[in-house]
Amino acid sequence: MIGLGERVGASPPRVDGAAKVTGAARYVDDLQPPGCLVGRTVRSRVAHGVLRALERDPGFDWSDVTFVTAADVPGRNVVTLIEDDQPVLVPVGGTIRHHDEAVALVAAPTKEKAEAARAAVRLVVDPLPAIFTLDDALRAEVKLHGQDNVFKRFEVTRGDDVERALAACDVVVEGVYETGAQEQMYIEPQGMLAAWEGDTCHVTGSLQCPYYVHKALKVTLGLPAERVVITQAVTGGGFGGKEEYPSMIGAHAALLARAAGRPVKVVYERDEDVAATTKRHPSRVRHRLGLAKDGRMLAADVDVLFDGGAYATLTQVVLSRGVLHAAGPYRIPTVRIVGRALATNHPPHGAFRGFGAPQTTFAYERQTAKAARALGMDPVALRRLNLYRDGDVTATGQTLRGSVAAHPTLDRVVAQLEQPPPAGRRTLPQAPHVKRGRGVATYFHGSGFTGSGEERLKGQATVAVAADGVLEVRAGSTDMGQGATTTFAQIAATALDVHVSQVRVAQPSTDKVPDSGPTVASRTCMIVGGLVDQAARAVRSKLEAFAAEVGLAADDPARGDLPALARRWAAARGELAETHTYRPPAGIRWDDQTYRGDAYPVFGWAACAVDVAVDTDTWEVVVERCVHAVDVGKAINPTIVQGQIDGGTVQALGWALWESVQYREGKVLNDRMTNCIIPTAIEAPELETLLVEEPYAHGPFGAKGVGEIPMDGPGAAVASAVEDALGVAMDELPLLPEVVHRRVRAGRAGGAA
Amino acid sequence: MKVSLVVNGAPREVEGGPLRRLLDVLREDLALTGTKEGCGEGECGACTVLIDGEPVNSCLVPLAQAAGREVRTVEALASGELLTDLQEALVRCGGTQCGICTPGIAVCATAALAREPGADRLRLRELLAGNLCRCTGYQLVIDAVAEVVARRADATDAGAAPPLPARTAPTAPGQAGPGVGSRGAAP
Ligand code: FES
Ligand code: FES
Repeated sequence: MIGLGERVGASPPRVDGAAKVTGAARYVDDLQPPGCLVGRTVRSRVAHGVLRALERDPGFDWSDVTFVTAADVPGRNVVTLIEDDQPVLVPVGGTIRHHDEAVALVAAPTKEKAEAARAAVRLVVDPLPAIFTLDDALRAEVKLHGQDNVFKRFEVTRGDDVERALAACDVVVEGVYETGAQEQMYIEPQGMLAAWEGDTCHVTGSLQCPYYVHKALKVTLGLPAERVVITQAVTGGGFGGKEEYPSMIGAHAALLARAAGRPVKVVYERDEDVAATTKRHPSRVRHRLGLAKDGRMLAADVDVLFDGGAYATLTQVVLSRGVLHAAGPYRIPTVRIVGRALATNHPPHGAFRGFGAPQTTFAYERQTAKAARALGMDPVALRRLNLYRDGDVTATGQTLRGSVAAHPTLDRVVAQLEQPPPAGRRTLPQAPHVKRGRGVATYFHGSGFTGSGEERLKGQATVAVAADGVLEVRAGSTDMGQGATTTFAQIAATALDVHVSQVRVAQPSTDKVPDSGPTVASRTCMIVGGLVDQAARAVRSKLEAFAAEVGLAADDPARGDLPALARRWAAARGELAETHTYRPPAGIRWDDQTYRGDAYPVFGWAACAVDVAVDTDTWEVVVERCVHAVDVGKAINPTIVQGQIDGGTVQALGWALWESVQYREGKVLNDRMTNCIIPTAIEAPELETLLVEEPYAHGPFGAKGVGEIPMDGPGAAVASAVEDALGVAMDELPLLPEVVHRRVRAGRAGGAA
Repeated sequence: MKVSLVVNGAPREVEGGPLRRLLDVLREDLALTGTKEGCGEGECGACTVLIDGEPVNSCLVPLAQAAGREVRTVEALASGELLTDLQEALVRCGGTQCGICTPGIAVCATAALAREPGADRLRLRELLAGNLCRCTGYQLVIDAVAEVVARRADATDAGAAPPLPARTAPTAPGQAGPGVGSRGAAP
């Protein structure tokens, strides 16, 4: 029987932990099949232009180099996703739309030779005028997409005419908020390995969504589903960055391997990864919030602009989530939100933990802080007055039915702040030039796909008695560090009443596991974990019935020994596979045309408080305290859940204070870890992470999503804390020392912010 | 040129130009792929190995510099199946997630614990500042290493290791209680 220390709610060690601390875990770059070549990518190096020719240096020794261009694509030359607008390789005669586009590929026996071959390819390009700012995109003098450069527009409205409602408010707070491009900076760069076996293409790599790569490669290679097999290697972090770009690299590796007749591995160098792969969308959000004198929020008007970059990729889905969260977790009777994603000549921006919500959360939480100041109210009291409660109705008209923890998360943070701060934290000295402040933020995050997404997706998961008699979970959801494997094992073990070690979680491979939908959107535990739970219960009842059939007496202890029964089943009958398909709970309605209805099956809730110290000589900001309470429904494995929140919190602090990819004329200037910095153990504060469990009736054991919400709010809390310390509005991220200094100077010149 | 060095206790002879990176020699020639490459320029620490007991970024070490030295990689920390106390703590405390930084952290922390057995949390953060981790926010990594510091100190004091600390459970809303981490509540 299962030990108490392994059940859902306990924290058994990660099943992949030992392999990771000993170096035994094999990531894609650790795989080295015999004869494997090194693949490299020739890139455009101009932001916008027409590719006239590709010239190979005739003096270079090409004898052992495989060279691939768009002409070698056997299927369609597109990276299939939402819109098929991005080529796998820009063809001669085609248009280059950003500085780091793939135009050709080389493969050679060694890195050195592959590098040299890449350098021996010359591009002839006729440059075109390009767009690098949101304003230029809006002006649309250069047209990159349609007539107006708008990839996608969404509008959400609730209540009266927003202008009339704002005019009737006692106070209207207005602000414009800007955030920069953020790099995921997983420590393992992207990489894929391709090898052909006859006419079947096998691709293994660092990726989040094997079925996305599968879908894309079928199209690029012109192959039927069964002749493309995608397998996930151990993956060194994703955070959204390995959601769709692996389809591109997978296609490149597959094309090279096809041409070379040998396996080819394409692993990106760090600078290439930072420059070419997707990053968080830069944003500009204009927000007007109207309130009554007593602090009730009455109307919000929000205008959201995202820089989508050169191709549509996932931008419209990111924008959708940003828009759907843009009014915040507050009761506001009149709302208008308009969101637009614009085409520019930056490399495409894409998925990154939070998926559009951090940008709009930054805006509405800065607005909430400013409203409190304008009204002379305590920022916590203002939030308590307006935060959602069970039964409230959101901007899209969704009635919240259960599992609403806006107040409990804020209460936990407030209670924790009354405790002394943790020992061992880093602080600045008490000195006249050091100013201190506190910022608070409250926010929410929809778990699972937006609207009817889950219904369309029909994610599946299987629990099986495998042919060798082992109980096995088969899901297309991947573990990129967030603990999906252990979480699934624990859910299945609990449902089957066996030890975690008696459950095997299959390595995700498209020929062995069903399509569970992508590993994104805080859906893995809640949606796919729920399927695992149901499938495991089905296997258990089948095995129990089997015990009776083979004549085990009701009180025979062997009847409760599921692993033994599974072995017996396999010996007698072969495999037993129970596959479950997601069905949304009854009563969920969503209208994609009007953007009204139940935007998400359920929301997670969070509150964060940050204390900062600002050195007014150097303008360095130190986070001295960070209290973060997050509602996860049910923590399947509290240590793993805490790790998710801690990691997301520090990524959010990084976005708030340091992390910004700088472009000049569409080229990334800081494409290395030395200049595109992320927090080290010194900058990361001692975290006070608090779990709140407000169970969701349709999640496994009550669980909801946890992966993304910790990214959403700390940015606003940091900016509000710096503003509290210095008395100057902090309306952009990251707050690098030079930004804080510039704002303080401007604030002094212009009077109160 | 041929270079002799000792890797994980065994004398090895490897081939390569004097500027060939030790990282590539370990991964490609000796199949020691536990040492990872995250940046190739000395910033991330994923490639950390010990040379004569000192942690170094193997992506910055030219082969010539490793000649005649004693190199220890993550593969040589555990003895067979038996993890070190530090490795065990990293797994149990949640100090590894995606794991790509973990070999570097395990190697660096092994050296740090040997050199400064009494390091407090803030000092541990400094000692590990050369090892980037994008997953954990460092909290549970520092928890794990600090726990080893405490247990080794207790073991030295008492001659025996104390029992492992219980990890606390989360609380339902409205219930007062400690956080999940070891320092969710005030010390
Ligand atoms: S790979 Fe050596 S420090 Fe990053
Ligand atoms: S565990 Fe993923 S980078 Fe540290």
